[in-house]
Amino acid sequence: MIVIAIISLGLMGAIGAVFLYAASKKFEVYEDPRIAQVQEALPGANCGACGFPGCAGFATACVGADTMDGLFCPVGGADVMSQVSTILGKEVDMAEPMVAVVRCNGTCAARPRQNQYDGTRSCAIASALYGGETGCSFGCHGFGDCVTVCDFDAIHINPETMLPEVDEEKCTSCGACVKACPKSIIELRKKGPKSRRIFVSCVNKDKGAPARKACGNACIGCGKCVKECAFEAITLENNLAYIDYTKCRLCRKCVPVCPTGAIHELNFPPRKEKAPEIEGTPVVEKTI
Amino acid sequence: MNLYVSPSPHIHGGDSVSKNMYGVLIALVPAFLVSLYFFGVGALVVTLVSVVSCMLFEFLIQKFLMKKEPTLWDGSALLTGLLLAFNLPSNLPVWIIVIGALAAIGIGKMSFGGLGNNIFNPALVGRVFLLISFPAQMTTWPVPEVMSMNYTDVETGATILTMLKSGSGDLPTYTQMLIGERGGSLGEIGAIALLLGLIFMWVRRIISWHIPVSILATVFLFTGILHAVNPAEYANPVVHLLSGGLLLGAIFMATDYVTSPMSKKGMLIYGVGIGLLTTVIRLFGSYPEGMSFAILIMNAFTPLINSYVKPKHFGGK
Amino acid sequence: MLKTFRIGGIHPPENKLSAGKAIQSLALPKQVIIPLSQHIGAPAVAVVKKGDEVKVGSLIGQANGFVSANIHSSVSGKVNKIDNVLDASGYRRPAVFIDVEGDEWEEAIDRQEGFVKAFDLTSKEIIQKITDAGIVGLGGATFPTQVKLTPPPGNTAEILIINAAECEPYLTADHSLMMEKGNEIMTGISLLMKAVHVKKAVIGIENNKKDAIAHLQHLQSNYHGIEVMPLKVQYPQGGEKQLIDAVLRRQVKSGALPISVGAVVQNVGTAFAVYEAVVKNKPLFERIVTVTGKEVANPGNFKVRIGTSIQALIDAAGGLPEHTGKIIGGGPMMGKALASPEVPVTKGSSGVLLITEEEAKRKPVMPCIRCTKCVNVCPMGLNPTLLMTSTEFTNWDLAEKNHIADCIECGSCSYTCPSNRPLLDQIRLGKGKVMGIMRSRKA
Repeated sequence: MIVIAIISLGLMGAIGAVFLYAASKKFEVYEDPRIAQVQEALPGANCGACGFPGCAGFATACVGADTMDGLFCPVGGADVMSQVSTILGKEVDMAEPMVAVVRCNGTCAARPRQNQYDGTRSCAIASALYGGETGCSFGCHGFGDCVTVCDFDAIHINPETMLPEVDEEKCTSCGACVKACPKSIIELRKKGPKSRRIFVSCVNKDKGAPARKACGNACIGCGKCVKECAFEAITLENNLAYIDYTKCRLCRKCVPVCPTGAIHELNFPPRKEKAPEIEGTPVVEKTI
Repeated sequence: MNLYVSPSPHIHGGDSVSKNMYGVLIALVPAFLVSLYFFGVGALVVTLVSVVSCMLFEFLIQKFLMKKEPTLWDGSALLTGLLLAFNLPSNLPVWIIVIGALAAIGIGKMSFGGLGNNIFNPALVGRVFLLISFPAQMTTWPVPEVMSMNYTDVETGATILTMLKSGSGDLPTYTQMLIGERGGSLGEIGAIALLLGLIFMWVRRIISWHIPVSILATVFLFTGILHAVNPAEYANPVVHLLSGGLLLGAIFMATDYVTSPMSKKGMLIYGVGIGLLTTVIRLFGSYPEGMSFAILIMNAFTPLINSYVKPKHFGGK
Repeated sequence: MLKTFRIGGIHPPENKLSAGKAIQSLALPKQVIIPLSQHIGAPAVAVVKKGDEVKVGSLIGQANGFVSANIHSSVSGKVNKIDNVLDASGYRRPAVFIDVEGDEWEEAIDRQEGFVKAFDLTSKEIIQKITDAGIVGLGGATFPTQVKLTPPPGNTAEILIINAAECEPYLTADHSLMMEKGNEIMTGISLLMKAVHVKKAVIGIENNKKDAIAHLQHLQSNYHGIEVMPLKVQYPQGGEKQLIDAVLRRQVKSGALPISVGAVVQNVGTAFAVYEAVVKNKPLFERIVTVTGKEVANPGNFKVRIGTSIQALIDAAGGLPEHTGKIIGGGPMMGKALASPEVPVTKGSSGVLLITEEEAKRKPVMPCIRCTKCVNVCPMGLNPTLLMTSTEFTNWDLAEKNHIADCIECGSCSYTCPSNRPLLDQIRLGKGKVMGIMRSRKA
């Protein structure tokens, strides 16, 4: 009895083994081992910021591509990309480190609420419905769609200002918040030397008077900053100033001339002497 | 002036979760009164213990494990407690009931994420948990004794279905079955009382006819055919309808919103499935009653039914 | 048995507080602000400039393309400026500001009181006059009327359906119009029948307007081919697809136009505007607006010039009640909550509804208990709770497969939900996304 059992089970096992071996050979999918190596080097957040579905998709694209043009992992940045280039032996163009910047400084104090939104607390739903709770139809709703989409816990709503604030340490410039913001307030900007940045923290395109009426911190399109800038980095379009970060030399001259304090400077050392122009105007807040 | 702004619609019909839950509770009152009458103090003790422990577990789990604001007064835990009690013999010791309540709320409801997320009917999860863990206590039912003052110390006897299974014992008369003078779990005995609850829920539009009617019709047809073929072996379909937990299950357990299909056609499939499974278990299985198992099995099929049977789409085929 | 649509539907409290109230003319305001975009499609292009003198009925905005509509001055006076104005959505859009001086009308407009029946025009001429007059669907959708009267090639209309259901609670503008302008409406309908070459027209009216039904039935013998059809009081009876289903027992397929089942649907207010445009040469510059609400002192139906502020209408009805929580442009089911009463009346304004703070505030949202009440009431046979979750989880594929694009945004699901879930909020968002995806796939 025992012998029969051993033989029959052994035979069944052997047949099964042969079958499995044949199947695994027949259906084998060849995968370039470098894909796994590249994937190992990637951060593994699967955030999709590179434009591919997940890190595996990006790794496959990197291995398959002839050149690395347009292939960049913003989360991993230069470190990771240099590792990838060592693995693949391909030149990688190093993009400069970027960071998400919130271009609205319409705090609760500066931008009084005129009505109360009572629908689903989602920026996308609210902005499909109407301009918002304040007089400014360009500004931040403060319902945190950007917070929801951030995979890195790098953006939060400040309960005092009701505006999102980016945690520079955590921000990987994946751009998810940029896409999620229905008001197009968030922008990816060059991180800058020592994280120093200057930008117009407003996207209001209304004329000066209504813009100012809606929000004390709005850009009113007066053009003083444009005149002040020696490097032609600031342009004024649709009553709104914009600082081109590729041209800006971080001289800080535009900041004090802004009558509404809409231009923000970040991570600069304190000024030695207080420029006389800014007396009486709101102190520039560091919102980030 | 502070104007509210929100997307349309700007008015609401005024229906609420608690209105529905309390509607079901009201519908359960006649059946509860019947069980108080026939089982006396035992029915009261079992019901109170079950309701209080279900609500307590709901509160504790929401507060300390899920760390969110307890929603004790939406009536759902109260309803689970009541339905669990209705599925238990009236002489069941307190500690077993508490375990059943923990299984119902903890395993059946909260482990899936709470109200609205559970796959199985929580009260039935509790009941089946006890049925498997404590088969002896769960299958000895007290004999009806009008306004009894005894709790666990009562005379026990066979139910209609165990009589049918074993082929011995005298079946109660139809009148006794209709008013509820028979052995069984405390809430399942009074047929008329349960039907009153059904009518109340129809009138208040808490449930539609599809699930209860399809279950009862399937059981009636299936057992009727077998009875017609072999009357000696298989009992009269009316006896099947009035015995065991069929009415309680078809009216109150299978119609649970969360665990039943969403489309009308799906509800009919679900009801027919429950009817067939119940009959098969009753007639051919080793358990005398199959209602709880049938509902739980069909609960598991609900997501599948939902994804294949869609409501009739405007302009569609 | 009254006819009705065959899937879903609800019956909210009707609250027709202003029913039976005669139409009152609102006094001319000091200034009107006339937006250049009051219709679906491209905004009109301003053809006046600051300082220009205009008369009542002068063209001030020229339609920009086929799906667009002309805009006319509703007053006589001087153009103050052309500037952006906050619209009902709180966004700034271009509008013409006119300071009112006197009330001088364009000569071409026949201002004779009294009803004129005689007309002898071809289909083309009728449609041209409608186009010139800037008529849009006055039920609220504001789709340019001439577009609906020009079926795409290969389609022929069999029947004209006049939407007089007025299924939104509270609103009575169409009701009052039917009571007072029955003959004009019937003539307008005859003109529309001629424009789309049909021999038959049906006026669908919800049965809560028995006097209007009787009045129009009394008139129908004088007009060939027009039938008045009472319909069951059931929301959304006035939804285009629902109305066609109720009247013809034909269901328009997903993504198709009413013409695919041989129907052209026009609002009853539009029929009246057509009469005025064709017979009286009067462009669309005024309309009937219901001002109502449980706390409103004198709810009523007002004839008002386009561009008058909503505030003036509220004042005419007895002022803003103390505990107003929401001002709604339109009805309570599909209307738009206004951020401020300082917005102008437009062609699409059918009503102004003031609801109390207590009623306005939404109740706390509970988890879905899958009671399927939303599924039962959806007039399009959709599964609203599934569509809501698929939007929340951005599963556009699932949403599209479950026909999210067919949602008519009637709000029956949100109205019914016992858990107060904002179903339509999410579904509307998902519908927009899915329709965008579908369009980009086609392109």
